[in-house]
Amino acid sequence: MELSNARRRLAGFSRTLRDNGFRVGIAETRDALAVLASPAALRASSLKPALRALFCASHSDWERFDDIFDAFWRGRDMRQRPIISGVPAASHAPARRLAEAQLPNEALGLPDRVERHGDGDSPADGRSRRDGASRAENLAASDLRHIVDPDDIAATQALAARLARVMRARLVRRQQIRRRGRRLDLRRTIHRSISYGGTPVDLTWRHPKIKPLRLVVLLDASGSMSLYTAFFVRFLHGVVDAFREAEAFVFHTRLAHVSPSLRDRDVTRAVEKLSLMAQGIGGGTRIGDSLATFNRWHARRVINSRTALMIVSDGYDTGEPGQLSEEMRRLRRRCRKIIWLNPLIGWRDYSPQARGMQAALPYVDLFAPAHNLASLAALEPYLARI
Amino acid sequence: MTLKRDEISDQLAAVGYVADRDIATALWLMEFLKRPLLLEGEAGVGKTEVGKALASVHGAELIRLQCYEGLDQNAALYEWNYQRQLLAIKTREGVGENADAIEEHIFSEKYLLERPLLAAIRRADPPVLLIDEVDRADEEFEAFLLELLSDFQVSIPELGTIKATSIPRVVLTSNGTRELSDALRRRCLYHYIDFPEVDREAKIILSRTPGIDTTLALQIARMVEAVRKEDLRKVPGVAETLDWAATLAGLEIQDLRQEPETVYETMICLLKTHEDRSRLTREVSARLLGRVA
Repeated sequence: MELSNARRRLAGFSRTLRDNGFRVGIAETRDALAVLASPAALRASSLKPALRALFCASHSDWERFDDIFDAFWRGRDMRQRPIISGVPAASHAPARRLAEAQLPNEALGLPDRVERHGDGDSPADGRSRRDGASRAENLAASDLRHIVDPDDIAATQALAARLARVMRARLVRRQQIRRRGRRLDLRRTIHRSISYGGTPVDLTWRHPKIKPLRLVVLLDASGSMSLYTAFFVRFLHGVVDAFREAEAFVFHTRLAHVSPSLRDRDVTRAVEKLSLMAQGIGGGTRIGDSLATFNRWHARRVINSRTALMIVSDGYDTGEPGQLSEEMRRLRRRCRKIIWLNPLIGWRDYSPQARGMQAALPYVDLFAPAHNLASLAALEPYLARI
Repeated sequence: MTLKRDEISDQLAAVGYVADRDIATALWLMEFLKRPLLLEGEAGVGKTEVGKALASVHGAELIRLQCYEGLDQNAALYEWNYQRQLLAIKTREGVGENADAIEEHIFSEKYLLERPLLAAIRRADPPVLLIDEVDRADEEFEAFLLELLSDFQVSIPELGTIKATSIPRVVLTSNGTRELSDALRRRCLYHYIDFPEVDREAKIILSRTPGIDTTLALQIARMVEAVRKEDLRKVPGVAETLDWAATLAGLEIQDLRQEPETVYETMICLLKTHEDRSRLTREVSARLLGRVA
């Protein structure tokens, strides 16, 4: 292959990789040119592993690389198009604010238009739009099922995102106040002792570093939860956005890791992607299976010693309760706290009768309502103590 | 010393590491582009061994930094020798030196203790720096590492900037207990090591277990492959395979099919949790054996 021609092809290959979500920078392309000029380029059997080592940065890249490589360098008509679809080309649109993003309501099971509840907070009331604080309070207290006005939904979701951020800020501050020295910092102590002739008068302490709390959220997106899903998806986005260490999963009949989608800076796109994943209509909920998947494939990576696991579900499980309790037992061994949020607790006369809920309860540290924003906010002091 | 790509697998084999072609290419590329190599894969697939083998291929010193939670610069980069410093302050004070002179003296090279990272950039011949389980260290350390890997110089406040006398070959390994930062990933070449396929595992057994029969090695490799496919909490790695092979060789087993009971009993070499042990019952073991042998 002629070198200038090869160079052009390589640029095309870099572009294809970028379209497929690889992070290919100038440095990689430059190094790839060097590889092309080297003896390794003479045979495909050595060129492919060389470029793979160069362009891949993670296991998921690694697994997809071969297909993309084969299609690009060996296929004939596939040069222009990305081979593996699913990851859209990067958008240069500025990230939009959370509240502005329009939710695809249908996908998340929200009714498009429902008769409003007469809670005295309609625009005709005369004071609703200007009084932000009391309005927010109203929203915080009303059951999420009853918030149907698009503006209110947006406001609720903005509140949820803010709540996540407030939680995070509060948690960090408490940690800093708690810091106290436990070990002597010998380096500084000795440095300071010089002026006292080697007698350590000024002691310097070393502060133990407290790792930030990691929050892992598993959200039930099954049909029975559909009234709440849209709201919690936004809450998830807020959590992943605000906490430095947070991971989010959505499950119905199976489990999906959604943190990467939620990290998308374009909020609309993030929520759209997620709502596609959250579509689990009619299949019922397999909490036990989903937790098993989590334990087997994800737990080791996402759970550390300072992890609080938050499960948001109504506990209606179509799987075996035996499996659910077994998986809960395994989870219990791994993480610091398990919080189970159940929107149904907010309903009058609710008691955890669902079999799934019964099976899971013995392993749960905190069983709390999550039917409105106030109930979520009430969690924050609890998280701070973990 | 530069290596031709094809020679690398032979040389690795010569030092006891049975490499597949792809890792040989990655190692060649690492040499060619002077970039660090990040190795990922399940526990026990032989990530650390790559670093060791690379060191023996180059005849270079292996400097190993084992990462752990809370690893800081003092443990990774340098530390002052406090005992000697205190002693020096006392003796020099007795002679009547002034404070500035003492300070100058006790913060000199003589009192500096090299830790792995500093050692790696101050050698006359480039060593192999193996940064093991980098995912266990925290993010701050990762950021610091990134800086070191791009500049190859460190600054010590009391002493000034120290530039690398030789650029070490850097191998990082990660078990995936934490997501590494994109910046670090992009700085490195990447290679994912999978469990070896049967042929390669048999070769590994042959090269590491002296006097073992070829058919037995192949049987063991097949059996281990079957065990790995079971739903286990802790999948056995290559080290476990080697333990098992050594055990079977030590018991002078010739053919796994003849000894189902021994196979079952010695499988404690492969299964390291009670749960896995109770999952692989006699029956399961016999079934797997029937399939592979």
